[in-house]
Amino acid sequence: MADKKSKKVRGRTPMPHQEAAERAHNFGEVALGYSREQALIEAERCLQCKKPLCREGCPVNIDIKGFIGALVDDDLHGAYDIIRKTNSLPAVCGRVCPQENQCEGMCVLGKKHEPVAIGRLERYVADAFMAESACEEVTDLDTCALTRADRKVACIGSGPASLTVAGYLAGRGLKVDVYEALHEPGGVLIYGIPEFRLPKTVVAREIDGLKKLGVTFHTNWVGGRTITIQDLFEQGYDAVFVGVGAGLPRFLGVPGENLVGVFSANEYLTRVNLGRAYDFPNHDTPAYRGRHVVVLGAGNVAMDAARTALRMDAKSVTIVYRRTEEEMPARKEEITHAVEEGVRLSCLCGPVLFHGDNQGRLKAMTVQKMRLGEPDDSGRCAPVCIEGETEQLKCDMAIIAVGTRPNPILLEATPELELTRWGYIAADPETCETSIPNVFAGGDIVTGAATVISAMGAGRRAAAEIAKRLL
Amino acid sequence: MGYKIVKKAELIPGQTTMMVIEAPQVAKKAKPGNFVMLRVSETGERIPLTIADCDREAGTVTIVYLVVGKTTAEMNTLKEGGEFLDVCGPLGRPTHIEKSGTVVCVGGGTGIAAMHHIAKGHVEAGNRVIAIVGARSKNLLLFCSELSSFCPELRIATDDGSEGHKGFVTEVLQEILETEDEIAEVVAIGPVPMMEAVCRVTLPFKVKTTVSLNSIMVDGIGMCGACRCTVGGKTLFACVDGPEFDGHKVDFAELRTRLWQFREQEEESMEKFSQECQCHGR
Repeated sequence: MADKKSKKVRGRTPMPHQEAAERAHNFGEVALGYSREQALIEAERCLQCKKPLCREGCPVNIDIKGFIGALVDDDLHGAYDIIRKTNSLPAVCGRVCPQENQCEGMCVLGKKHEPVAIGRLERYVADAFMAESACEEVTDLDTCALTRADRKVACIGSGPASLTVAGYLAGRGLKVDVYEALHEPGGVLIYGIPEFRLPKTVVAREIDGLKKLGVTFHTNWVGGRTITIQDLFEQGYDAVFVGVGAGLPRFLGVPGENLVGVFSANEYLTRVNLGRAYDFPNHDTPAYRGRHVVVLGAGNVAMDAARTALRMDAKSVTIVYRRTEEEMPARKEEITHAVEEGVRLSCLCGPVLFHGDNQGRLKAMTVQKMRLGEPDDSGRCAPVCIEGETEQLKCDMAIIAVGTRPNPILLEATPELELTRWGYIAADPETCETSIPNVFAGGDIVTGAATVISAMGAGRRAAAEIAKRLL
Repeated sequence: MGYKIVKKAELIPGQTTMMVIEAPQVAKKAKPGNFVMLRVSETGERIPLTIADCDREAGTVTIVYLVVGKTTAEMNTLKEGGEFLDVCGPLGRPTHIEKSGTVVCVGGGTGIAAMHHIAKGHVEAGNRVIAIVGARSKNLLLFCSELSSFCPELRIATDDGSEGHKGFVTEVLQEILETEDEIAEVVAIGPVPMMEAVCRVTLPFKVKTTVSLNSIMVDGIGMCGACRCTVGGKTLFACVDGPEFDGHKVDFAELRTRLWQFREQEEESMEKFSQECQCHGR
């Protein structure tokens, strides 16, 4: 354990990465993960505070001090057990959580030095544990047998929120069935987040773990179409969790937006990730291969799309954003990675017009130069047009990543479900229960597009309430 | 665990095939106008196909497809008793069917199969249905006996005059519009040029005209916007807002362009598949 007085505080143990020049051309994981030695060195930086603040920063309330302590004692299984107590998807969270705003943002070390690399340690514990094939031990069917097989719960959607509900409840002996609309479970973890940030094998392993706990996954079942909430209650489910995700991509409403070569980030990423278009024609789903690609938007999805386009052999990839790098909603780490790999940032520019050739294919776009004005409702400085200053960018592909709106399928099929004024499902912040008794909802369909971990946090609150009622 | 093909019939040899697929959960909910997303194999692409018929008791849905690319070519290699890896549905808004009077249903190509399902719905709702089907030649007509089993007024048009009217479906439609008093609605399903031509014919008569758009789709559940189209100046998604729209408001030129987005990759995929088939002696 670090001796607070005598020892000079070491900096964070750097994460090994694939070199930028190399990784920009492959879909292998960018961050390679700590070795055992690196993990132990980093774990020893933890001060083991009496009142740890990091845990308060964690949406699923992981006993961070506890698992790092176990790691320092070289007890990998103990560390894993501690994480799994509150987190069903540690290998995923260790990779995609915005720790800088959560646990690491609260770490006391971070006040004067760099915070403990909690996310990297979480990933190490999950990966090392899985690598030892030790998952059999905790998911041994004997210890996780259904104790209340007469009580069952249905989850609609199989993204992070539903997987959390499933893990929590199955671990407590309830029967959980998950209904997924696509052909592969995992939701955004499969169709949205690219392979180089979250390998699909990692997601598959987490899902296999849930299957061993007795969770059943039904693919090709569309909530609201193939099966309705009412159908589920008629089939004897005691509670239903709705975690169907954010849904429809927003477009810009700019002329020329439906030209060939203009895509939503959702379409582009779904083709490449779910459809494995990076392996076309060995996989049948094609994706457009633009030479000069423009990405509109600057959130994590925009970064994912831009970095994917590079890996799909684009000659240039430019992010067009109305504000400055400072205001970009993406994680700093994602922006840094994108820039390292060669993505250009074109800030203070807003899209005005897409130009097509005589065959309806995108060939350029006009952007409006902006400057920052007074802060708006979001607290960020509002972009203001600089009259008369426009620029034309040559591009044969544009990817629009400016967010989503609620998917109407389940909502239209369930008119009695109360919605917020933004059209998302209204759910109790504590219990996640909706206007229909014993129907719970969480994740992006409640909050609008947010993070994996906030969806998991909602899943955990819903699961705790469901467990309280059914067990 | 796939979706079994309980019946396969080549309707037009080498071109058009009908399959009856076991998917009870889809059949239970399917309505005229709905579609399914299908996938043949682990490396396959999801493609949308309109449901041509469904049998709730048998738990089956019927699809009819034209071999146009790799996926449909691969589907043709599946045999009766074989399986689809994925069948997802029913998707899309069903056809708006209510008792409205006389409805003219126009079908062309594989669209005749989908139109047949909608025509059946209108007959069941108590509407008088006049069906018009068209093809280049008599041997390329589909679903005529099925249609005539519930729709006494079946009109046929062939380009070469080998059956029925010699000429296009639009000419038959024009005549009906001129002679019939009250037409509540015209429904057109088929190739884009046919649907566009139908809309041109009905426009001066101010008859409500519904078309079913066969846009490119990826997920089919509203997530991607690949199927977006311009209807009445607004961008709508064929998968969740459609696939049926007011034909007089659809931007067909844009639809045609967007349908060709992936032509090069589609050709590459088909080429590869043909070579593999030759290698495997299929």
